[in-house]
Amino acid sequence: MRLKNRIGLLLLMIMLLFGLTGCQRAEMSVFDPAGPVAKMQLSIIMISIYIMSGIFVVAMGILVYVLIRYRSRRGQNQPPKQVEGSWVLELIWIVIPIILLGILVVPTVTSAFVLDEKPAGPNVLNVKVKASQFWWQFEYPDLGIVTAQELHIPTGTKVNLQLETTDVMHSFWVPRLAGKTDLIPGRTNTMWIQADQPGQFQGKCAEYCGASHGVMDFLVVAEEPQQFQAWVNKMKNQQVKPASELAAEGEKLFAQNCASCHAVAGTNYKGTLGPDLTGFAERSKVAGVLENNEENLRKWIADPAAIKPDSKMPRLPLNEKQISAVTAFLRSLK
Amino acid sequence: MAKPLEEVMRHPVHTVVTPEKRFWLLDYLSTVDHKKIGQMYVLVGVFYLIVGGLQALLMRVQLFSPDNHFVSYQLFNQLFTMHGTNMIFFAAMPLIFGLMNLIVPLQIGARDVAFPFMNAVSLWFTFVGALLVNISWFFGDAPSAGWFAYAPIGLNQFSPGHGMDFFIIGLQIAGFGSLMGAINFIATILNMRAPGMTLLRMPLFTWTSLVASGLILFAFPPLTVGLFLYMFDRLFGSHFFDAAMGGNPVLWAHLFWIFGHPEVYIVVLPAFGMISEVVATFSRKRLFGYTSMVFATVLIGFIGFMVWIHHMFTVGFGAMANSIFAIATMLIGIPTGIKVFNWLFTMWGGQIRFKTPMMFALGFLPTFVLGGITGVMLSAAPADYQYHDSYFVVAHFHYVLIGGVLFGFFAGLYYWFPKVTGRLMHEGLGHLNFWFMFIGFHLTFFPMHLAGLYGMPRRVPTYNAGVGLEIWNQLSTIGAFVMAVSIVLFAVNVAYAFIRGKKAGNDPWDARTLEWTIPSPVPEYNFAQRPLVRGLDPLWMAKEEGKATVPPAEPLGPIHMPSNSYLPLVMAVGLFIAGLAVIYHRLFFTVLGLEILALAMLYHSLNDDEGYHVLPEEQPLAKGEGA
Repeated sequence: MRLKNRIGLLLLMIMLLFGLTGCQRAEMSVFDPAGPVAKMQLSIIMISIYIMSGIFVVAMGILVYVLIRYRSRRGQNQPPKQVEGSWVLELIWIVIPIILLGILVVPTVTSAFVLDEKPAGPNVLNVKVKASQFWWQFEYPDLGIVTAQELHIPTGTKVNLQLETTDVMHSFWVPRLAGKTDLIPGRTNTMWIQADQPGQFQGKCAEYCGASHGVMDFLVVAEEPQQFQAWVNKMKNQQVKPASELAAEGEKLFAQNCASCHAVAGTNYKGTLGPDLTGFAERSKVAGVLENNEENLRKWIADPAAIKPDSKMPRLPLNEKQISAVTAFLRSLK
Repeated sequence: MAKPLEEVMRHPVHTVVTPEKRFWLLDYLSTVDHKKIGQMYVLVGVFYLIVGGLQALLMRVQLFSPDNHFVSYQLFNQLFTMHGTNMIFFAAMPLIFGLMNLIVPLQIGARDVAFPFMNAVSLWFTFVGALLVNISWFFGDAPSAGWFAYAPIGLNQFSPGHGMDFFIIGLQIAGFGSLMGAINFIATILNMRAPGMTLLRMPLFTWTSLVASGLILFAFPPLTVGLFLYMFDRLFGSHFFDAAMGGNPVLWAHLFWIFGHPEVYIVVLPAFGMISEVVATFSRKRLFGYTSMVFATVLIGFIGFMVWIHHMFTVGFGAMANSIFAIATMLIGIPTGIKVFNWLFTMWGGQIRFKTPMMFALGFLPTFVLGGITGVMLSAAPADYQYHDSYFVVAHFHYVLIGGVLFGFFAGLYYWFPKVTGRLMHEGLGHLNFWFMFIGFHLTFFPMHLAGLYGMPRRVPTYNAGVGLEIWNQLSTIGAFVMAVSIVLFAVNVAYAFIRGKKAGNDPWDARTLEWTIPSPVPEYNFAQRPLVRGLDPLWMAKEEGKATVPPAEPLGPIHMPSNSYLPLVMAVGLFIAGLAVIYHRLFFTVLGLEILALAMLYHSLNDDEGYHVLPEEQPLAKGEGA
């Protein structure tokens, strides 16, 4: 019975691995790649799973056979034959793994070099990624745009990322587009990504970076090239005009309390310590993690540390009314 | 070791007088006996295993659902930092050293380790090092930079409290203990084997202990250096790892992983050794391919030093470096595979008895093979960019460290428990313990592979809702509690053994090696007469010849024993005081602590303690043995 339980359990687990990979909602799944980098990585993952499953099945087959066939039985008075070993067998289980690993080495090395390329040329979009505790800045040096928390990219285009950090180590990870590259103080790392289909792809910080590491999220927004161009044009020609009296009041409060850290294109607010807020109302998240609606924005402004402990953004001396005003102003930044 | 009686008699009288019996606690505090030191190592290891386990349970409760606020984010970070630190440094290492202490001298037919005094120093340094790291909770804040404490998150600017100081100083002190322990075991195994025990007649647990000690000898110095630099950065204002001041945070990562990867083999190789002993004994067969097992062990240890970059594939060293280290890492799979297949073929043709130690060894096999499989998967650098720092990695190293080390350790503990205590544990409870641990383990950690591939980074106190992560985390949490039950069952079984356990006798398992030729529990001098070894598995050879035990290599005679000493404890206390004081920049107490250490060392160097002798008539258990 024990033996059967064990076999059953193992089979169940293997089924879990292969069976359930296809039927999940897949916003962040490595199994649902949306670009060539993640596809390349998934193909290596699958090759290695196949090879390794073969080895696992063989080893466990032997184990199960041995456990059934060679259990001690009543009436065995003589000890079994003492076998020293077998050089033929040793050679077999040295040579076969070498061949299997040789098969795995080929895509490993070739992909490593392909992923290490630094794409250049007129068809490549350059983005400087700057991470800080606990937010992401995306600067498009060729387009003169700075944004935060949401990286807009055109589909079908290689995007060359230059990764830098202002404080501790972070790591840039968008499971559906590409594996990680670390952001390290004193270094500029590079990687490239490409989205083959439009969509929003969840990104995570993957190197432990402090109290709010777990909520240092960002989004990659992939759009058709025309839409991307429209977004670029909008970002470059921002005109900020508060839509209501409350929002106008909010702008004054913003100038006094927020502008030393936050920038908004088309205004005089040029702070660089915090995320750039140009086009904030169009973003889908507040602080990268909360859905962008009025309630969440109020919650964030009222007490940033409740959402992201150790966030550099202080709790500002604003009353309820003032928070409403600032919220109204921010929500007018289209 | 024993001197002829006439020679002993020419010595001053005190050397033949057996010291007075001490109160048991004082005896343990001053002991230099490898068996008692081993027991204390195991106790320390089990204690921190439980501490680390409770910390893990708190984390699993937090992760049961997304946006949970059972613990704060900062507390969660402290929990995973202390969980990793405790489990690696203060659970796995003491458990390994404990079993090495308990068993290696017995397996090679020695009466103690080469340096019994230094052995006690190792234990107490480990003890106070662990204490120092863990009391940080009571001094305001526990470290929270993760067990590999990457710079700059662990430097003053981002970890301003004292928690990281406790971590650095505590690890440094415990590290000294490990280094001395390793030197001790290398000297013991190379010099103190019984007559006839050539290197290729040593039991595999002794072999793996030797290789693991060699790894410690080369792997701990980089850690020591790294910790010194870290200490200077944090306590004395240097900038080795501070990029803003011209330092390099990657330097720490290199030093840490040059230590950190061999560390995996330091803890897992002795576990392999235990599995080898258990599989051979309970199959009643000689270990299949003994020689290739030995070479595989050495090879794993050797290649283990050339793969550390695979912990840093995403640092951006470029395709060439990553490819080289990817291939080196894959190569480790080959000697590991040799081991697995040799274990399988040891059982092939045997008469397998499903006793508790064997159950753990059998649970080890599929679990460790899965850990090895994911290890090879991780070695493919471009694929690792996806796995790296995700829950896939968490799953992988728990398969290796629990599936490999802990299962191996439990196999060894159940196997040698009767030898150490003289009592047998309950078989039924043992099987229950095994099944709870085996099922709980896979329930906890198998889903983590999937959580990682569905996009969950490690070290996060919360995760995105609605992307398919909930179910895997809930299974993990349930599994963690099942594992906790298994630990409780283990405690019950130990209590049972002490209260009602059957007497074990010399050889309860029909085993093969020298430790089973002597009484259980083992007398303080181990062997009244050192055995004569004529081949691998000397006890089995004797049994095949129809003899009760292994022939002796010497006549009965007085046995020279080392004296108890409180100095190792005093030295450790001195270092503890100095460590605590330096964290708070108290110069007076730092110097005081170091002076206590130095004076104790000086006293030990000048004190001419010749030990004492146990005379043949004081060896009641010697009679009838070896006759």
